[in-house]
Amino acid sequence: MAAHAAPVEFALPQVLTYPAPTPPILVAQGAEGRLYKTTYITPSLPCALKYRSPKQYRHPILDARLTKARIQAEAKVLDRCCREGVPVPAVYALDATAGWLAMEWVDGVPVRQGINVWLGDRPEDDAISDAEVADETPLVDLMKRIGDAVGALHRTGVIHGDLTTSNMMLLPWADGQSNGASSEDGEKKKAVGGDVILIDFGLATQSVTDEDRAVDLYVLERAFASTHPRAERLFTHVLEAYKQTFKKAPSVIRKLEDVRMRGRKKSMLG
Amino acid sequence: MDTTKKKRRIALGCEGSANKLGIGIIAHDPETNEPTVLSNVRHTFVSPPGTGFLPKDTAQHHRAFFVRVAKQALANAGVRPSELDCICYTRGPGMGAPLTSVAVAARTLALLWDKELVGVNHCVGHIEMGRAITGAANPVVLYVSGGNTQVIAYAEQRYRIFGEALDIAVGNCLDRFARTLEISNDPAPGYNIEQLAKKGGRVLLDLPYAVKGMDCSFSGILTRADELAAMMKAGGKGPDGETFTQADLCFSLQETVFAMLVEITERAMAHVGSNQVLIVGGVGCNERLQEMMGAMAAERGGSVYATDERFCIDNGIMIAHAGLLAYETGFKTPLEESTCTQRFRTDEVFVKWRK
Ligand SMILES: Nc1ncnc2c1ncn2[C@@H]1O[C@H](COP(=O)(O)OP(=O)(O)O)[C@@H](O)[C@H]1O
Ligand SMILES: [Mg+2]
Repeated sequence: MAAHAAPVEFALPQVLTYPAPTPPILVAQGAEGRLYKTTYITPSLPCALKYRSPKQYRHPILDARLTKARIQAEAKVLDRCCREGVPVPAVYALDATAGWLAMEWVDGVPVRQGINVWLGDRPEDDAISDAEVADETPLVDLMKRIGDAVGALHRTGVIHGDLTTSNMMLLPWADGQSNGASSEDGEKKKAVGGDVILIDFGLATQSVTDEDRAVDLYVLERAFASTHPRAERLFTHVLEAYKQTFKKAPSVIRKLEDVRMRGRKKSMLG
Repeated sequence: MDTTKKKRRIALGCEGSANKLGIGIIAHDPETNEPTVLSNVRHTFVSPPGTGFLPKDTAQHHRAFFVRVAKQALANAGVRPSELDCICYTRGPGMGAPLTSVAVAARTLALLWDKELVGVNHCVGHIEMGRAITGAANPVVLYVSGGNTQVIAYAEQRYRIFGEALDIAVGNCLDRFARTLEISNDPAPGYNIEQLAKKGGRVLLDLPYAVKGMDCSFSGILTRADELAAMMKAGGKGPDGETFTQADLCFSLQETVFAMLVEITERAMAHVGSNQVLIVGGVGCNERLQEMMGAMAAERGGSVYATDERFCIDNGIMIAHAGLLAYETGFKTPLEESTCTQRFRTDEVFVKWRK
């Protein structure tokens, strides 16, 4: 994510122009929102304020409709997940018409970044082979935690709608769990350690159908393969853990086969 | 004569994966690798209003016009067959019958003139031609045509598909809606929808907006647009009691589906940390889509790259260019392997010519 490289100065959402103990920090210009770290809502505690600015490219009526619906949906889903024990940030406040939502600050990095640190300078054409999987235990463990988190999410009847490794954060474990041998090794291990917190529910919906769940997994599978091609092979561990956590998983995984087939068939026409 | 001076490399490309038959000739400079378009000839099979093009008729069209188009391409380029380095043809993806008819013709040329054959992925052809024409070095690519809707980014010697339409392609959605309205397919249904949309816009009709991550779907929108068209024809009003015209329908359809495309493209750009976007494929000609994409890219401090109909719409030159890039790395397609395939994913191609 081009987080800190945002080349343009953005106008702040109005809510962040009011006095606060510390100035807001633009953390990310994500897909369609901007993420600020601010103490406006809770002076003692930083929070993440997600702002969906009006999109100039979109018809204003469509834009207003989508922005409002998505902030509302995101808040509703986060709330539900929180109550049901799915690892997500808690909602603090929102103004859907103004396009913002304030939530708990996750003091970590996106999973994508952690995986990339782990893969490090592994040669580009050198995908992880079957024989090597044993050496990849910390990454495999992370894959399992991802599968757990998604399983827990689906169990509550929520479809994320945009599962990628950018839309999950790693909340580091307290020190002591990172008993690395060499320090470089320890650093790498640390990079893929931590609790997986799901974020970015802007496209989430509520559904309990196999089809919707399978498409959610398919989106993740494809995002994973294109973002971390060298670790593509490890994706099966996500599905394995998903099965462990979520009792309806087998029929979802069967559906996933269909969705994959459909995905391939679409390349039929030039 | 200076014998140390290297010869420019020349390829002829044949495209016929859908209803356009295209033959083009490209040259690559021996020193700079700079491509030069020597000729780019196209002949389109246009079906009557209210109908789509069928594989059998389209293949028949390509067979009937191949020789004429090939001769024209050679004449326009001022190139003799003996000067060619290779014959490139579309291996897929596309419609089986038209693909095969053009592959047979390409094989014939290769045998006749004793040249190497190079089978090319149609989508990779679009991407490479778009990059060459616009100079966009490493953009996120939105590939939008009658058969494909893909958001693509290059990584590790492959064009990786980040997002795509989960059901019908966006161009197919527009084409089928043109059929519903029974508007002309000449020069292209999408073009005529675009012209109609320019006259609409008093109302924005509510169509189901369907984005899932970096994927999207269009069949629900088409169904709803068809329903609204039927209501309009029956002289009725919209769901909120509003009156609307064909033009308003085209406008609403475009605004909705293009917003979806721009959104998934933006998501991919954020994901890979890029601020360049290249639009290729027939729907990429649409100026409203280009305008919307430009506004999005500008907001991200980047820019949009697009080409005009000569390169956006299926053509032979892109096949020649992508084929020649592969040929220069030593790639060729032996005669006995010179088949076609309806399914051929963009990410199956090993992009040896890029780092
Ligand atoms: N609760 C949070 N705490 C800390 N950082 C966050 C939080 N939510 C999002 N971020 C950061 O902001 C980025 C963009 O947020 P996200 O919700 O994914 O928005 P977008 O829809 O723009 O992708 C994330 O990738 C992450 O780095
Ligand atoms: Mg995100």
